[in-house]
Amino acid sequence: MNFNATLIGQTITFIVFVWFCMKYIWPPLMAALEQRNARISEGLAAAQRGQQDLEDAQAKVSDSLKDAKQQAQEIINQAQKRANEIVDEAKDSARDEADKIKVAATADIDQQVTAAREHLRKEVSVIALAGAEQILKREVDAKAHADVLDELVAQI
Amino acid sequence: MAGSYANSSEYIKHHLTNLVYGQHPDGSWGFAHGADEIKEMGFWSINVDSMLFSVGLGCLFLWIFRRAAKKASTDAPTGMQNFVEMMIEFIDDSVRGSFSGKNPLVAPLALTIFVWIFLMNLMDLIAVDHIPWLASLLGVPYLKIVPTTDPNVTFGMSLSVFVLVLYYSVKMKGPGGFFAELAFHPFPKFMMPINLVLEGVTLIAKPVSLALRLFGNLYAGEMIFILIALMYSGGFGLLFVSGGLLQLGWAIFHILIITLQAFIFMTLTIVYLDMASQTDH
Repeated sequence: MNFNATLIGQTITFIVFVWFCMKYIWPPLMAALEQRNARISEGLAAAQRGQQDLEDAQAKVSDSLKDAKQQAQEIINQAQKRANEIVDEAKDSARDEADKIKVAATADIDQQVTAAREHLRKEVSVIALAGAEQILKREVDAKAHADVLDELVAQI
Repeated sequence: MAGSYANSSEYIKHHLTNLVYGQHPDGSWGFAHGADEIKEMGFWSINVDSMLFSVGLGCLFLWIFRRAAKKASTDAPTGMQNFVEMMIEFIDDSVRGSFSGKNPLVAPLALTIFVWIFLMNLMDLIAVDHIPWLASLLGVPYLKIVPTTDPNVTFGMSLSVFVLVLYYSVKMKGPGGFFAELAFHPFPKFMMPINLVLEGVTLIAKPVSLALRLFGNLYAGEMIFILIALMYSGGFGLLFVSGGLLQLGWAIFHILIITLQAFIFMTLTIVYLDMASQTDH
């Protein structure tokens, strides 16, 4: 062991190296490491958030799917009901129409029957009158016996 | 390889001598040839090999880490970047574990100490003869390539750490507080002189043990490598083969030692500075 000026040289070198390391090496590396730490934990948090969001979205999707199914069912039910109603209404109105037609036809028939009966009555009265004329062989004063004839007509 | 030396003792001596530049007694400047001339040069001479290798390795360390620091980003690191960041995190963990206060100097100091000492120790794993032999071809008479086997290097660092310890002791505790720590401990106040001697020795022992531990371990390791290398001098034979096996074994074991010594130096530096910064004693 012999000491010489190398001791001083080493001390100066050491101080310079430490100074350089403290100024230009440690701070940027440390800052980068800390930033990366922050970024990684941020990324992890974001991933977790994303997963949570996905789960929420899935839950929402299944909810709305259920709602949609329910609504569809309701709509189908309503449509069925409405269809039944429409069929019923159609049946009712058809029946009404048929009744109306039947009534009209009946009225028509009645009228024709009455008309025919009137016509027949008149024919009969004329025939009766002619018969009576022949029987009596003389002219019957139509005017004088009009009331008798009308009475006869009414009786037939 | 030891064939060109007169005997093994000269071989060992040659390998343990630094390349010293200084003033000869006759006034001329130049490299010293032999231990006697080194002694004559006195304090104002310099170990050129120690300085060259330590500064070179230090610059290598700063270059690698500076490059990583420039490229540092929040993206995924690759290759060397990854390694540098691993080192930074390792040092940061060590500092956080041992140093309780807040001081921007401690972590860079620890990083410099650890990596620099490790690199200097690493030179020990290069076979002892290769680089000195190359240098001798260039006309360089002596070359010690492991700077940490030079006590000047280890004391240069440990004394710097010691100055920092004194500075932070006075700064954090105040001159009075620092004196009180030395004088009123471990015995009661009336035995102040004894306290002063005891605590003074403890204080002085810090830098001395720090430097000598590193120097001693590496010097002894280097010595063993040189002794193993001596076994090759007998030509190819049983000694040669066992020398090869020994060198391999010792080198593998030495990987542990050089890392451990760098780590111990760093950890003790952190602990000493932590003790100096503690105000409640």
